[in-house]
Amino acid sequence: MFEATQLNRRNETTQKLFRLALGGMTGILILPVILILGTLIWKGAPVISFEFLFTGPTKGMTAGGIFPALLGTILLVLVALLASVPLGVAAAIYLSEYAPNNWFTRAINLAIINLAGVPSIVHALFGVGAFVIFFKFGTSILAASLTLAIMTLPVVIVATRESLQAVPEAFREACWNMGATRWQTIRRVVLPNAVTGILTGVILEVSRTAGETAPIMFTGAAFFLPLLPQSVFDQTMALSLHLFVVSTQVPNMPEQLPYGVALVLISLVLLMNSLSIALRMYLRGKKKW
Amino acid sequence: MVIAPPQGVTTTERPVKLGVAGLRIRYGEQTALEGVTLDVYEHEIFGVIGPANAGKTSFLKAINRMDMFNTDMHVEGQITFNGLDTRKVRNVYGLRRRIGVVFPLPVGLPLSVYDNVALSPRLRGEKNRAELDVIVERCLRRAALWDEVKDRLDTLGSMLSGGQQQRLTIARALSQDPELLMLDEFSIAVDPVTTMRIEDVLKELRQEVTIILVTNLVQQARRLADRTAFFLDGRCVEVGVTEDLFTGEVQDQRTRDYVDGRFG
Repeated sequence: MFEATQLNRRNETTQKLFRLALGGMTGILILPVILILGTLIWKGAPVISFEFLFTGPTKGMTAGGIFPALLGTILLVLVALLASVPLGVAAAIYLSEYAPNNWFTRAINLAIINLAGVPSIVHALFGVGAFVIFFKFGTSILAASLTLAIMTLPVVIVATRESLQAVPEAFREACWNMGATRWQTIRRVVLPNAVTGILTGVILEVSRTAGETAPIMFTGAAFFLPLLPQSVFDQTMALSLHLFVVSTQVPNMPEQLPYGVALVLISLVLLMNSLSIALRMYLRGKKKW
Repeated sequence: MVIAPPQGVTTTERPVKLGVAGLRIRYGEQTALEGVTLDVYEHEIFGVIGPANAGKTSFLKAINRMDMFNTDMHVEGQITFNGLDTRKVRNVYGLRRRIGVVFPLPVGLPLSVYDNVALSPRLRGEKNRAELDVIVERCLRRAALWDEVKDRLDTLGSMLSGGQQQRLTIARALSQDPELLMLDEFSIAVDPVTTMRIEDVLKELRQEVTIILVTNLVQQARRLADRTAFFLDGRCVEVGVTEDLFTGEVQDQRTRDYVDGRFG
């Protein structure tokens, strides 16, 4: 009674075909990743050495290391995070937990989405106008980081808000019914359960911040500096801009050096990501529902 | 046990815990419940029965002033708790603390068993560990759960079985030291044996607290409630001594039809 009819067989064949096609598409998807990483490691790895990582460039940047740029990128990311994470998380908590559902809230949400769509070069010009000129920070780490922070705020806000909204409403109601205030509920029940999602947002932000070139070009990143920055009001070199410079702006560049810079940049991002992912897994292991 | 006075007789000797007069609840333009006027006496189990969509849950939410958290929900009329108008209470958080709520589906907060029960005392500012230990044990015992969880107070509340979780939420509600306990169809997600155990717990609790029992099981109301209100399609059709709804005089024939299982 279970013989396959012609229709059954046809369905089976179609199903196999689609499975193959969908799997194939997915395979094509990972191809660029493998190619990029492969090329970078293949060509860049020989350049990497202790000296490359921890000394400054010499001979018009055609030799020596990338330490000022590496340090600069780390500084830029850290200062940007310091500005955008508290701001973004606070805004997201307000929007998700407190804001009434009215036209004003919807307008804010729309603004955030639009902010995410603004091209980075426009952010750069905004940064020049606002931070470099108006606030008189000059071209500095602070100005560049704040520009990056503004640019990545939507990522933090959206990720945080989504993870807050993923916490079941029943948890909040149970807590409110006990006589907890909104803040007590947020503090004791909502936030602890949203932390993993918030970290995901921060991870995304780190990756984007570290790699951006346009927003920092005019606001704080320098072509070449003989000295390391002494404060957030100094300019700095940065990996992304350095990569652009050594790839296109300097004659007689050894072929492998740009690959080395790119490899360091991508490793830095991957390293920060893995740290955050590890932290996230640790927190998730501690709390589950 | 005190027998509630018959319908229509004014009561002077029984103190009113909760007074409801001309209550109307609407969500936007949609009326969920209207025309509710009733009193809940101290230390009684007050049953609320009725089919789905009768407005039973909204009734509980209004008592607890949950409309504060829902801009869509509007409550008209008067609800008094210990004679005080709940709309005029300055400290609504204090009001809610005196009212424990148990939901249809157990809401095991993603905390350990211990922290679930200790949450409410902690919200009140209790930090002393020894004091918390005492409260947690007392509440878990009263909810008939202590023996089953005393060796694993650190496990997540959500890892307990459904019936245990429901008793955990009762323990959590009791940790508020409530004067009024409201249960919303607590037996929906609970097996019959656990239901019976919880019912026994409620009978014991009647000595100390006033209980409003919203239930979709008319027999449960009959077993437990001193008096019962019948809600239908957003209206309070009948309030009376529970047994009267089943065997005595009813004001509205639909009440008898419902308790006899002819609809709903």
